[in-house]
Amino acid sequence: MKWEVVIGLEVHTQLSTCSKIFSGSSTAFGAAPNTQASAVDIALPGVLPVMNRAAVEKAICFGLAVDAHINRTSVFARKNYFYPDLPKGYQISQFELPIVEGGHINIVVGDTVKTVQLTRAHLEEDAGKSLHEDFQGMTGIDLNRAGTPLLEIVSEPDMRSAAEAVAYARALYTLVTWLGMCDGNMQEGSFRVDANVSVRPLGQAELGTRREIKNLNSFRFLEQAINYEIQWQIDLLEDGGRVQQATVLFDPDSGETRVMRTKEDAHDYRYFPDPDLLPLVITEADIDAVRATLPELPAAMAVRFAETYGVSAYDAGLLTQSLALAQYFEAAVALCPQGKLLANWVNGELAARLNREDRALAACSLSAARLAGLVARIADGTLSSKLAKQVFDALWDSDLDADAIIERDGLKQVSDSGAIEKLVDEAIAANPKAVEEFRAGKEKALNALAGQVMKASKGKANPAQVQDILRQRLQ
Amino acid sequence: MTYTLKQLSDALASRQVSSREITTAYLERIAALNPTLNAFITVDPDRALAEADAADMARAAGSAGALTGIPLAHKDVFVTEGMLTTCGSKILNNFVGPYDAHVVSQCRRAGLVLVGKTNMDEFAMGSSNENSAYGAVKNPWDLRAIPGGSSGGSAAAVAARLVPVATGTDTGGSIRQPASHCGITGIKPTYGKVSRYGMVAYASSLDQGGPMAQTAEDCALMLNVMAGFDGRDSTCLDHGDEDYTRDLNTPLKGVKIGLPKEFFTAGLDAEVAAILQAAIAQFRTLGAELVEVSLPKTELSIPAYYVIAPAEASSNLSRYDGVRYGHRAADYKDLNDMYERSRAEGFGAEVKRRILVGTYVLSHGYYDAYYLQAQKIRRLIAQDFEAAFTQCDFILGPVAPTAAFNLGEKTNDPVQMYLSDIYTLAVNLAGLPAMSLPAGFTQQGRPVGMQLIGRYFAEAQLLGAAHQFQQVTDWHTRAPVLTPLN
Repeated sequence: MKWEVVIGLEVHTQLSTCSKIFSGSSTAFGAAPNTQASAVDIALPGVLPVMNRAAVEKAICFGLAVDAHINRTSVFARKNYFYPDLPKGYQISQFELPIVEGGHINIVVGDTVKTVQLTRAHLEEDAGKSLHEDFQGMTGIDLNRAGTPLLEIVSEPDMRSAAEAVAYARALYTLVTWLGMCDGNMQEGSFRVDANVSVRPLGQAELGTRREIKNLNSFRFLEQAINYEIQWQIDLLEDGGRVQQATVLFDPDSGETRVMRTKEDAHDYRYFPDPDLLPLVITEADIDAVRATLPELPAAMAVRFAETYGVSAYDAGLLTQSLALAQYFEAAVALCPQGKLLANWVNGELAARLNREDRALAACSLSAARLAGLVARIADGTLSSKLAKQVFDALWDSDLDADAIIERDGLKQVSDSGAIEKLVDEAIAANPKAVEEFRAGKEKALNALAGQVMKASKGKANPAQVQDILRQRLQ
Repeated sequence: MTYTLKQLSDALASRQVSSREITTAYLERIAALNPTLNAFITVDPDRALAEADAADMARAAGSAGALTGIPLAHKDVFVTEGMLTTCGSKILNNFVGPYDAHVVSQCRRAGLVLVGKTNMDEFAMGSSNENSAYGAVKNPWDLRAIPGGSSGGSAAAVAARLVPVATGTDTGGSIRQPASHCGITGIKPTYGKVSRYGMVAYASSLDQGGPMAQTAEDCALMLNVMAGFDGRDSTCLDHGDEDYTRDLNTPLKGVKIGLPKEFFTAGLDAEVAAILQAAIAQFRTLGAELVEVSLPKTELSIPAYYVIAPAEASSNLSRYDGVRYGHRAADYKDLNDMYERSRAEGFGAEVKRRILVGTYVLSHGYYDAYYLQAQKIRRLIAQDFEAAFTQCDFILGPVAPTAAFNLGEKTNDPVQMYLSDIYTLAVNLAGLPAMSLPAGFTQQGRPVGMQLIGRYFAEAQLLGAAHQFQQVTDWHTRAPVLTPLN
């Protein structure tokens, strides 16, 4: 039987506000346990929550960026359950009326563009952390994270493969970091993904029973976990089994998912509107104020790059993976208006180098201006692409600019036809066999001769010119 | 010791007496009579005298306010920095707060001297003060009687003149009913007038703090200190500063007082009804016009309240889990066992009952039938009042169907206990201001109060009407005769 995979994602993005969603405590990561937990965060008797305006603005910002509906009135509800790192015994979240409804995000998988619809995005507070390792026979509670603002972004079950799910998660990641609403630090839990996965016979309208994989904090784990889960469900169904609705965890060491709880022991969260918080009312003026601060979005910027700088759609997509990269490209192209060539270097050599050294663009010493200096010398024929790579390496390791390196290392391409003619003549004289072959119609022989000329010039001869002069001489 | 806040304020201002002298006198009275009444859970004489000295110094320095140096007690529901706050519960028997409730800091700023914390029904759940983990409070007028609840400790303390003024909270009548049973004056302001920050939550959408004192004038002076905007409570109203004494001398001529026919039925004790009729006659003499009004949904306020309040309470009390503070069971097998034992040991029967009811009405499949339905009734009740207030300026009625009943009389019948809240609950559901003031005594000598309900934000007018009444009556001046235990 052919199976169809159905995936929807719930993504918890930590909003990068200075203070918590309902208290004035700092949200900075990594402080000593419980040093950023105020009376409100540890839920002392008598304390009350007060909404952080910045968190609301970031949620509005997201809603506008995905073309969603911003609810003018939304309601905070209490989600009741007991857990030691949940100090109030309930989480303040949004249930029936979230701040953002609908919206969509485009993803690219292979050559196709696909639109993933969003269900909703709602504001809520994060819980604290239970520390099981450090205390023998006991559990430590760190409430520094308790009350950190989250925007939970829920997609429709629109994805049909792990690759699509990863593409969606990456597109969402790009967007939320681009908007500056989330720092994107996945190791610190700023962007956590829950994946709802089900399979059904191809052509069946009704959805299969889903299992939810909780708390995936890397794109690699997301892909591995979904692929494992898909295969597990298909194997079960093909063996005549039935999928039970469950919440599962992914173990990166074994590469498997295991059941955390089934539907039977699911909580009854007893949601009800939080009487401590009035409904959240958003005015047109609030929305307009956020709209005015909205940056150019990645999709729009990609289109502009293609139109303005002649960059391919594919390259434009890569250049707008992050705001930092896009800004780098724009800074370089302003100095050297060779969009296509620049894009090749940014997406090719620069990206490869950063990736190899596992370095962020911000931590790289090769400025946009210095890269532009290099590309300008390629464009004007000073450097062959081979020499250009050599100059790139030198740029990476020093703080000189391209011209200084070319000067220092004598790497200037020789385009003086007199000098090249001399080398060509020498090559023809020294390789009668190749000359013979070329004249007999063997085109490849010309390359061998050109190679000899290049070698003799120590790589500095202009390769196009070498080819031209060889042909002239041999005809 | 029957001095009112106003008299003490004047005496301090004219330097006839010092705060240390006043405070010492009240502390002595507390030491003598509290063993009989059990009105206080905590008394801190050292701290009180230190604050009194500070008040005297402030006065000497010319920086004293109207209430600087006057002793005060807070209901043990208000968190006080460095002083035990139990909320009448065993589960908080070791909780010393690291911060002051808004009301507490307002009183401190005004220079009032905190002598201690008063007894109350556990988590403010109760109408008789018998639900306190620290023992029942006795009614100073009759030691066999309940003082009312849940602010029974505050009411008894003021009635017995252990303090000139105390704070209370009112979720379903918890200021008005004990005020009535103890023969003092108390006001529950419009919901949102007094910040709930630091007031341990019972039912957040209903809880409201207010003053309890001998007279309406004293309540007005205290409300000037307690009320006002506080950004830490999102439900607190930014209504500007107002002087709640401004209408004290406004005559009642032409004022229309509504008498809801549903309040004066067979359910009302005949003696209480007679006392109210006399009070109504008094208001007529003062120039007020009496009109009959109707509050048809009055009876529904009991089921609506006993769904909404427990629902909110079940969630509000989840934080008492033994993890971070408060009582934790000594032995437990695992996490769930720790929760179960800590809460089973820490909470009393009535609190457990309301947590169970609240959990039930919020659970999947019952939410619509109970919680949502109750919210609809709540809106209808508010509309009842809106309609009534098109015909009158105030509503006058009983506070409770009877005078204070005897200790132990209703402890085995919670439903009977709930039914005695019939006249007070609707006010909280609607969020209106209302007060209780002394109207007379039963033949047995137990006080009976009457209730005045006003439009939203009509505290000053309510206090004015009560003050006018107190100018021509002396019920509020009477004090019980108490002899210290030996």
